[in-house]
Amino acid sequence: MNKLKYIFGSRRTWAWPYVLFLVLFVLLPLLLIFVYAFTTPSGEFTLKNFVQFFHTSEAVNTFIYSIAIALLTTIICLLLGYPAAYIMATAELKTPAVMAMLFILPMWINFLLRTLATVELFNMFGIPLGEGALLYGMCYDFLPFMIYPIYNTLQKMDRSLIEAARDLGANGREVFTKVILPLSTPGIYSGVVMVFMPTVSTFAISELLTRNKITLFGSLIQRAFGEGGLQMWNYGAALSLIMLLIIGLTSFFGNKDEQEAQSVI
Amino acid sequence: MARKDFIIEVNHVSKRFEDGKLVLDDVSLQVKKGEFVTILGPSGCGKTTLLRCIAGFQVATEGDILLKGEDITQTPPHKRPVNTVFQKYALFPHLNVYDNVAFGLKLKKLDRDTIMKRVKQALKTVGMSDYEFRDVDSLSGGQQQRVAIARAIVNQPEVLLLDEPLAALDLKMRKDMQLELKEMHKKLGITFIYVTHDQEEALTLSDRVVVMSEGKIQQIGTPTDIYNEPQNCFVADFIGESNILSGMMIRDRRVQFNDLEFDCIDEGFGENNPVDVVIRPEDIYIWDKSLEKRGKILGQEDDDAEDRVPKGKFTKWYGVVDSCIFKGVHYEMTVKTENGYEFMVQDYHEFVPGTEVGMLVKPEDIQVMKKEHYIYNHLEGEVLKNGKVRFIGADWEVSEGQLKPFSPGDKVEVLVPYRSVDLQDHEDEGVVSGEVHFILFKGNHYHLTIRTDDDYDIYVNTNDVWDDGDRVGIDISSKDILLRKMEELEN
Repeated sequence: MNKLKYIFGSRRTWAWPYVLFLVLFVLLPLLLIFVYAFTTPSGEFTLKNFVQFFHTSEAVNTFIYSIAIALLTTIICLLLGYPAAYIMATAELKTPAVMAMLFILPMWINFLLRTLATVELFNMFGIPLGEGALLYGMCYDFLPFMIYPIYNTLQKMDRSLIEAARDLGANGREVFTKVILPLSTPGIYSGVVMVFMPTVSTFAISELLTRNKITLFGSLIQRAFGEGGLQMWNYGAALSLIMLLIIGLTSFFGNKDEQEAQSVI
Repeated sequence: MARKDFIIEVNHVSKRFEDGKLVLDDVSLQVKKGEFVTILGPSGCGKTTLLRCIAGFQVATEGDILLKGEDITQTPPHKRPVNTVFQKYALFPHLNVYDNVAFGLKLKKLDRDTIMKRVKQALKTVGMSDYEFRDVDSLSGGQQQRVAIARAIVNQPEVLLLDEPLAALDLKMRKDMQLELKEMHKKLGITFIYVTHDQEEALTLSDRVVVMSEGKIQQIGTPTDIYNEPQNCFVADFIGESNILSGMMIRDRRVQFNDLEFDCIDEGFGENNPVDVVIRPEDIYIWDKSLEKRGKILGQEDDDAEDRVPKGKFTKWYGVVDSCIFKGVHYEMTVKTENGYEFMVQDYHEFVPGTEVGMLVKPEDIQVMKKEHYIYNHLEGEVLKNGKVRFIGADWEVSEGQLKPFSPGDKVEVLVPYRSVDLQDHEDEGVVSGEVHFILFKGNHYHLTIRTDDDYDIYVNTNDVWDDGDRVGIDISSKDILLRKMEELEN
């Protein structure tokens, strides 16, 4: 009885369900990907899967194209999102919370639904689907992930720093370039990571908004697993590992700001 | 004094915030070159707003501000040759100590060598030479404050504005920094305008003190002037400890308070006019009455009393010590007199509670002030059709005798004696509700200022104890309300 109480009374016990979940659905799959990527369908160790990727020009091109699209999306989101976040955080709006909410609101709806709705809108106005539609869809879906962290850092910034800069002789532009921008880098960084990471691996948006005309790296992986049959799983696992590596690298760039960035997310 | 000798002139400046609150009310102030001026007042008195108007972060609604005779009222802050030391330092967290200090110089596009020389010089002035490449977040509060001062003085401003720069430091550090600031001021020769709510700081540091309250300047003077000759109750109460009593000026150099007559040195208050009397607790001489009975003011406990207490024809009064607190150097006692007055006395000797003591004060230590208000609240009112009178935003019953000479619609002056205002614990029990805004102890009663929710000030004399900010209900008995014709007022 006492032992039971000890087990359920301990706070550490509460973590068990999640630890179990973590092991089953995160660690184990990662391990499987790793094992599959380095083995043949019959289970022997091989590097053939990676060699195959680097020798298939279509796969490499898709990979480069995906990263380019992701970068472009991130840049567009940054260019659109920073001014929006800046205005929300600094302008003397009567209801800044409502404004922030309006920007976040699309995140309440599943992105597949939003993307499908976008497709219908494009069809309704007779706009051809393709690369433009893809970029539009990506930016539309991921813009809030850029705005919110930037808005957060800007809003938390001490107003007296701006006054101090003006007091020391900085004009409006100099206040921005010398104080506000450098101080909002943690927000920019986490916004970039939060937009870049999911856009590299997305496949649903590209499939819907380009009618499968444009293949992104995510689709390649999806096809390897979905259509290729069991034979292709090892290749798919290798592709996944390559993508994981790229995403992993992004989150390490600017390591100095990482802790700050994490606090923003 | 010639106009050009003033570096800063503030002329009739008023500032009204967007919500309609008047934070500065016709403030005028001249600051000489090289002067150390302190703006002193409680929080919310407008002192920081005044500083921000000089710095350029806020624009005066009315009036103008001149710097060396040039109008800068509308000049944006980055074009003013003044620099500010902010209360919470406002150091740039993304820059190290050196770059923080160099910030202003780099904006002026000075060459690297000049910048380096001046930054090093500034850091040396504030005693932070070895910290150039430290992260500002790794510095202590006092060190950050030094960097903030260096960042301001490195630009060699005409005027250095300091907004409660020491408020965030602990007591010991604050005292050290006070001395250093004074040294720096001497060394640099820059005009300092310093804002604080700490009266001791103001008296220690400044050449001149500007006492502010409710957006108005109450008094401008040297620390000695402000302390010894406060111009009104607010200043007397805010600067140091004081006994403030209601009195009567019998004639020049003769004043009555505490039911006794005293010689004093003040003149020009007329005859038999009500006045306020201020006596500093350290100016009251106190001795054990039992020693006096034995025919000598001499005893083992208090063997220097004879030398200590001045001899001569002084009015003496007596009381019983009510409490006695040791304050480090001196003792602070409250003494109750037979006729119900209470005096605060400070002395190096301890007089335990219950001791019967005698007291006297020298004529030159009695400070007589014009009474700001007499005994009535003077309010504007209007007679209504239903026989009531409307004032301070409510309708009041008034006795028939008072109402008789007036007809509905007449504007009248309403007189309500301070003593007749009833304060209720629960705000909804009164006709009008408000907040205790200011408290003054007048020896045997409290003089309160109640600010009603409609922003009228009502003065109340009471024996009850209230706290600043207490919510109260205000009630006035119909028989205590007096009405006068408006014309009488004008004559």
